Amino acid sequence: MANLGPAYYSPYPTATYEGNLTPPEGKALLLEDIVDEEVAMREVAKIMLTSENATIFPGPQVLYAWNEEAQKKAKIIKEMAEVLNAKMIPMYDYRPKYPKIDPEVEINPNHPNLTIWHNNIKAAIFIGVHCHYANVALKIVRSETDCYTIAMCGLNGHEDAMTTLRDQHSSELEKFVEIAKEVKAELGK
Amino acid sequence: MTKRNDMTDKTNWSGQRLVSTDYMLFEAPRTKHFMTGSEVLKEAVKRCTVDASVSYPITPQSEAAHLIGELWAEGYVGVYFRGENEFGVMSEVAGCAMAGARTITTTSGPGTLRAMENFPQWSGTRIPCQLVLMARGINSPLTIQPDNLEVSYLLETGCMIWYAENVQELFDMSIAAFTVAEKPDVHVPIVTVVDGFFVSHTREAVMLPDDDIALEPYDPYAAPLPPIDSEMPPGRFLRDPFVMKSNYISYATHASWQWEIRSAVERSRPYAEHFLQGLVHTTGDEDAEVAFVTCGTASSQAKEAQRELTKMGIKSKVIKLRTIRPFPEEELLEAVKGVKYLFVPEFNVVGWLEKEVRMALYKKSDAEIVGGPRVAGGMSMPAEAIIKEVMEKVQPAQGA
Repeated sequence: MANLGPAYYSPYPTATYEGNLTPPEGKALLLEDIVDEEVAMREVAKIMLTSENATIFPGPQVLYAWNEEAQKKAKIIKEMAEVLNAKMIPMYDYRPKYPKIDPEVEINPNHPNLTIWHNNIKAAIFIGVHCHYANVALKIVRSETDCYTIAMCGLNGHEDAMTTLRDQHSSELEKFVEIAKEVKAELGK
Repeated sequence: MTKRNDMTDKTNWSGQRLVSTDYMLFEAPRTKHFMTGSEVLKEAVKRCTVDASVSYPITPQSEAAHLIGELWAEGYVGVYFRGENEFGVMSEVAGCAMAGARTITTTSGPGTLRAMENFPQWSGTRIPCQLVLMARGINSPLTIQPDNLEVSYLLETGCMIWYAENVQELFDMSIAAFTVAEKPDVHVPIVTVVDGFFVSHTREAVMLPDDDIALEPYDPYAAPLPPIDSEMPPGRFLRDPFVMKSNYISYATHASWQWEIRSAVERSRPYAEHFLQGLVHTTGDEDAEVAFVTCGTASSQAKEAQRELTKMGIKSKVIKLRTIRPFPEEELLEAVKGVKYLFVPEFNVVGWLEKEVRMALYKKSDAEIVGGPRVAGGMSMPAEAIIKEVMEKVQPAQGA
């Protein structure tokens, strides 16, 4: 995906300038293709289960108990990590960290590449991160690393991720976990 | 002031029934009225469940700002106050919007320039507020007359820019504007432009839905940034600035952030396509070799010229751009297929729209682009001036 498009003079390739927009309702964006949600979920599970140091980056919307839905999502995400054999590195907040962040214990939208480099992460799910910060981070990750990024978004999705699922509420996350279990069994992982 | 009610699932604080934007724009029965642009903006705001409006007088938008104030007195707008000046107004608009309020303001000409620093700040903080710009001259010696040079200053602020041709479009656009600006994947400010006086003060027939319906309220929790509260300053970055950090992390974030704002504007395309029923409207002869690319009231004048040219046996068409940001490149390219001469009539001396058109069509169209006619400082643009420009190009031997 990290093709340098019309935005090539920027260090950050930008998917919208390559003609990719967020997927329509009920659909997902898999690289440059609009696909059914289930197709994308299967691909996401496969990538996470077969990539080195697959990691979930949960953001503030699922790290803090804002409401019942957040609590429910947090529990499902824990189960998701177990099913996907994935690590979890949280994005606690969005502040730039100086003089430096500790990339082993957190990821930050302003320097997400440091966490990915340090931990040699080849596939990652962003979930519960406010859309603007997810997009800022995803552009940097896409430019600076070879990590396959996946955005599971409660709103409209993120075209700067290699795969994005939109409107991911607890019921959709439960569906994904069930699909991931099937894919895991198929792969014998 | 009228007593406000509590918002319910079905009605807003003024008792209006909450409806979708699709219902408001496309399905609700409409009746005919005769109104100025300022008056119709009041009617639009009345139907938008607007939480806040901040005003400051400057010709020609003063009447619109005044009428929105009346809406507050009538109980339709949540908060309404006057700023110290336009810079203050736009800063206060930012504050209202960051706090989760659906916010609108209006300004014109020098007011826009005085407030300029705020516009990229608006987009950078991803607030979905609306500025209705009633364009007037900004030159010195000062003019209060219509001239849209000020729009060129807004082109790269990261705000969406839509341009309404007439009173009807102003009504429909200013309603759609809130809806598109508030989409979570867009969520940047929107500037709805009309030509001052020509639209703000001209009375026209307009079809309006009943005023007992209004848009669903804005949901600040479906936003790309956390809404502020007592512990969370706007966007967090205002308390923890990385602006002063001259290191790699700082510029990496800034670069990505700016691309994200531009991406947000790009994401508005399909929504604008739906609610505006196309980013470009074309009228006239489809197979014409003469075309006009226009926005605002230059479109009306070009349509008049198009009708006159038809009588003279010359086919032509008017390609009206309804959005300037995002710029409708693909739609324009499609519309100019087969066109030999492309005229860009404008209400300013610099030809900012001509530059936009040239950039979009560079090496993609063989059409010869003619920047003109241009009028400024309050001059009207008679159809004859447009026809003269065309005749000098298509029948040079005969003269204009």
